[in-house]
Amino acid sequence: MDTYAVLTEKLSRHFGDFVAVDGVTLRVSTGEVFGFLGPNGAGKTTLIRMLCGLLKPTSGRATVGGYDVYRESERIKQHIGYMSQRFSLYGDLTVQENIDFYGGIYGLSRERVQRKREELLSTLHLGRYRNLLTRDLPLGFKQRLALGCAMLHEPPILFLDEPTSGVDPAARRAFWEVIHATARQGTTIFVTTHFMEEAEYCHRVAIMNFGKVVALDSPGSLKTRYQKSTMQEVFVAILQQEGANSEFREEPA
Amino acid sequence: MRSSHLFMILAFARKELFHILHDPRTLAIIFIMPVMQLIMFGYALNMEIQNVDIAVVDMSHSPLSREIVREFRGSRFFTVREYTGELSGLDALFKKRQARVVLLIPADLDVQFRHQPFVPLQFLIDASDANAATLIRNYCNQVVMNFNQSHNRQLRLPFRVSSNILFNPDMKSTYFFVPGLIALLLIMLSALLTSISITREKETGTLEQILVSPVRPAHIVLGKVLPYVVMGILIGSLILLIGFVLFQIPFRGSMVLLFLLTLLYILTALSMGILISTVAQTQQVAMMIAQMATMLPTLFLSGFIFPISSMPVVLQYLSYLVPARYYLLIVRGIILKGSALHHLLFPALVLAGMSVLLLLISVRKFRMTLEG
Repeated sequence: MDTYAVLTEKLSRHFGDFVAVDGVTLRVSTGEVFGFLGPNGAGKTTLIRMLCGLLKPTSGRATVGGYDVYRESERIKQHIGYMSQRFSLYGDLTVQENIDFYGGIYGLSRERVQRKREELLSTLHLGRYRNLLTRDLPLGFKQRLALGCAMLHEPPILFLDEPTSGVDPAARRAFWEVIHATARQGTTIFVTTHFMEEAEYCHRVAIMNFGKVVALDSPGSLKTRYQKSTMQEVFVAILQQEGANSEFREEPA
Repeated sequence: MRSSHLFMILAFARKELFHILHDPRTLAIIFIMPVMQLIMFGYALNMEIQNVDIAVVDMSHSPLSREIVREFRGSRFFTVREYTGELSGLDALFKKRQARVVLLIPADLDVQFRHQPFVPLQFLIDASDANAATLIRNYCNQVVMNFNQSHNRQLRLPFRVSSNILFNPDMKSTYFFVPGLIALLLIMLSALLTSISITREKETGTLEQILVSPVRPAHIVLGKVLPYVVMGILIGSLILLIGFVLFQIPFRGSMVLLFLLTLLYILTALSMGILISTVAQTQQVAMMIAQMATMLPTLFLSGFIFPISSMPVVLQYLSYLVPARYYLLIVRGIILKGSALHHLLFPALVLAGMSVLLLLISVRKFRMTLEG
């Protein structure tokens, strides 16, 4: 038994000739906030989808919460929460109906859904808007609500795929506060982003380019190693170095 | 663990119900559309002919000729008008659609009647609508035959055909068409409703969120079918009710039986829609498949308009795959003949079997990943 929440070994995924994820090896500890950084098309979403069981890996090995992604995807689903870039809420349903539905598909009892719903509504200060259609909520609230819906069943591991895209800086900061509070309670958080300053909020970050992990360490160590003051500068430095290394690589279509 | 399955199915069913209820405009269209179609088609699809314009060219002006004309006036199939113009003008009469049949009575009718065994009467019939022409000719023959019989007591014919028309004594085609229309409208609408329900979630991306949860395909499929069964039943009752009230169709059988078997038919249609939904990637494709899979087979292969026994053999075999074929047996049997369940066991079992099979295939075909 390993004690890692997420463990991958040479995990790859091809789409025809295109290699989206190329031999990624990672170890994410329980309770860690693990950030995944990279430009668009670097393979972050594909990696997260493989770990959630939405895509089958082409090769390599991976376990989530100790369960194998090939054989035990049904067990994995009980132990993870997932929030995609598109905030998968139903715009034509009310706030309360959305919460009830997501609680329901995790098989929670009515009483439990009710309790979790009231908890969530009061933390989000959305109690008064419970009967508002979700499409009429401001984006920041939608995002927090989507996160809340992904956590109704109290999963020990949370996958967040670009959860802060399109949200204003103040709402992003508030969102990260929620994430840290959640992590303090022992939840492992696996988050992708393309906002470099958000990397500072993570315990460790992996920087991904062309499907490969090109750097992996805590933000502090990375800054020291590359002698930069911000993650933004570290990121640029790494990509420049990588770009030089990979000039013979073909651009993905 | 067992109750959590139920929770998952109910969560889906409730959610689908909310989708429906939050969209009153679509809901209104769903209810109004089939009613409009039923009314429109119900009145348009009428094979009976009445008030056929007949122009009589009476060149004889004798008591006998007037008696012939009176015979036509007495029939409700004809609207008689005398034509006194030139014979060359008859062509224009047809072209202006002022007459669909012309009766020519010769000038020497009286003379011929007294000295010849047969008197020729000529009918000119507009056959631009071949079916109508056949009917008109039959009616004309009938009128002349009645006249013959009442004027020739000595005439001995070897047979006199007497047929009893059962179940639909007036041979009203609405009795025949309205049940068919009900079958058509129910299957088209039901299949359409479910066919877009999963594809919509594929398009909006909410399916992704569902796929990472522990729900199984069976939960999704059942949860999505359930609320539409309720809706299908409401729509079905409405259509049946309007069909009976508006077209005055007699009801000889059990209302409860018709209701239950209609529910079964709706379930088959919804299952078809769900299967389409699991395979199609976009709502548009799903809608097109649903329409093709329901409309044409129901119109042409179910016995709705064309009798199955007069189809080419290949099509006869194909018609076994069409759910409406079985539902028509059920609905015509119950309302016109008063059939009971034990008469309708075969079509009922086939529909039940089809539903189960379609749902099973849907569950099997449902992909729990985002793979193409």
